[in-house]
Amino acid sequence: MSRDHPRRRDLLRALAAIGGLALSGCDRVASAPRFRSILDAANTLTYKVQRLLIGAHQLAPEYNEADISPAFRANGSTDPQDEGYLNLVGKHFADWRLKVHGFVAHELLLSLEELRSLPARTQITRHDCVEGWSCIGKWTGVPLAEILSRAGVRPEARFVVFHCADTLDDGEFSVDPESIRYYESIDLIDAVHPQTILAYDMNGKPLTVPHGAPLRLRLERQLGYKMAKYIMRIELVQSLADLHGGRGGYWEDRGYEWYAGI
Amino acid sequence: MATVPTSERWYRRHAGPARVTHWINVVCFTLLLMSGLQIFNAHPALYVGDRSDFDHPAMSIRAHLSENGLVGETMIVGHSFDTTGVLGVSSEHGQVSSRGFPSWITIPSNQDLATGRRWHFFFAWLLVLNGLVYFGWGCASRHFDRDLLPSRAELGHIGKKVLEHLRLRFPRGAAAKRYNVLQQLAYLLVVFVLFPLMILTGLTMSPGIDSAMPQLLTLFGGRQTARLIHFIAASSLALFVIVHLVMVLVSGVWNNLRSMITGWYDLGNPRTTDVA
Repeated sequence: MSRDHPRRRDLLRALAAIGGLALSGCDRVASAPRFRSILDAANTLTYKVQRLLIGAHQLAPEYNEADISPAFRANGSTDPQDEGYLNLVGKHFADWRLKVHGFVAHELLLSLEELRSLPARTQITRHDCVEGWSCIGKWTGVPLAEILSRAGVRPEARFVVFHCADTLDDGEFSVDPESIRYYESIDLIDAVHPQTILAYDMNGKPLTVPHGAPLRLRLERQLGYKMAKYIMRIELVQSLADLHGGRGGYWEDRGYEWYAGI
Repeated sequence: MATVPTSERWYRRHAGPARVTHWINVVCFTLLLMSGLQIFNAHPALYVGDRSDFDHPAMSIRAHLSENGLVGETMIVGHSFDTTGVLGVSSEHGQVSSRGFPSWITIPSNQDLATGRRWHFFFAWLLVLNGLVYFGWGCASRHFDRDLLPSRAELGHIGKKVLEHLRLRFPRGAAAKRYNVLQQLAYLLVVFVLFPLMILTGLTMSPGIDSAMPQLLTLFGGRQTARLIHFIAASSLALFVIVHLVMVLVSGVWNNLRSMITGWYDLGNPRTTDVA
């Protein structure tokens, strides 16, 4: 009976082809720009679904003092060697000023003293690194919403960009021929979230250099790489297209997702 | 000349929706496993609780330098194993390198977390959508209670079935129309326990989802425990796939493959053998 083994050879060929594709093809497919843009659609979907599912003011879980990590890991830049930054460290950030500019009604220039005199929020939250680990820390700082309301966000503004003092030793990742300082961006929904703060204290003490002194962002519903350290300037922009590689952040320009809520 | 009615010999074993969702799931699971191992390699250690206690992982894969060169060390709850060549230290493009899982099982093969994540989330969406189609069809067609739910009598035959499987003796004829009780239990475990666990623990690792559904953190005992369960459930699924493939091979590979592709399963009607 011929139906005993229908097209066995075809089946074998198909299986061999699939196997071959799986072994050799993935890397080639993975780097093809068109395939990458198809895969990126999933992240856009994640962003839209999470924005739909998660209320604008829904808080990230907060923990107790007992949950705080005894050794909070510092990642990314931990000891910037940029000359300007080293000068600031030398004077205990007395000369440091936070500049708020771009699409704002009034530009701001704030010292650390001035920031500390503004309304503050303290929160014990979990920090999730894109690598997979988590640490818990206590953060105190000014809600970004407070700064933005003082500066007056103009209606054209759509994103908040953080310009930092540190040059990451990017080695193999270099996009620009010249080394560039860290930068990140968030949308206005996250910018005015109650837990989005510009932190100057960690675990009750002034922020140390490995953790981003004098000021770092806390963005509790996204991953660690969004939380810019060593902040120098905050810029309100209409579009992210002109910011370095155009994807909205240092790691984003090196392949990571702009929306890091997952 | 005796003609055997095809209806007695060829049995339509798998319905269209089951076959299509099965193969989509094969692609999704394979790519999710491989990209998942890439993501794991970015920090090849697992913990219990909300946070990572870096000095006391529940499981870790590390590399360290000894007088004989790089040594791969896998630690599982305090017990260490030398796994050089496979885990901890393996060859990447001909070069000995320190990495959790070896390059032949990760997507992409080199260390690239960003690309691994992009693949993982794309196929995670596809797996969930495919799973919803399968689940909807399974409920509507009563596939779950008709084919997967064992009867009391079938449950009573577990011991006998285990012995039959160990002797590699599988039912033929009309008895092969229905999944045996071991298959039923394995498929129920995969469909209703392991895959839902994968999806829920995966979502628990999302800081965004945690703000909307903090109950997930309570359910799994913290984000790091969720990551640990995600790894264990994935390993269990990988083990299931290995056993499943062995069973496909030893119980009539062409018949099994044909039935999962075209739907038709050869019951091997003994009357046919007589005329032949």
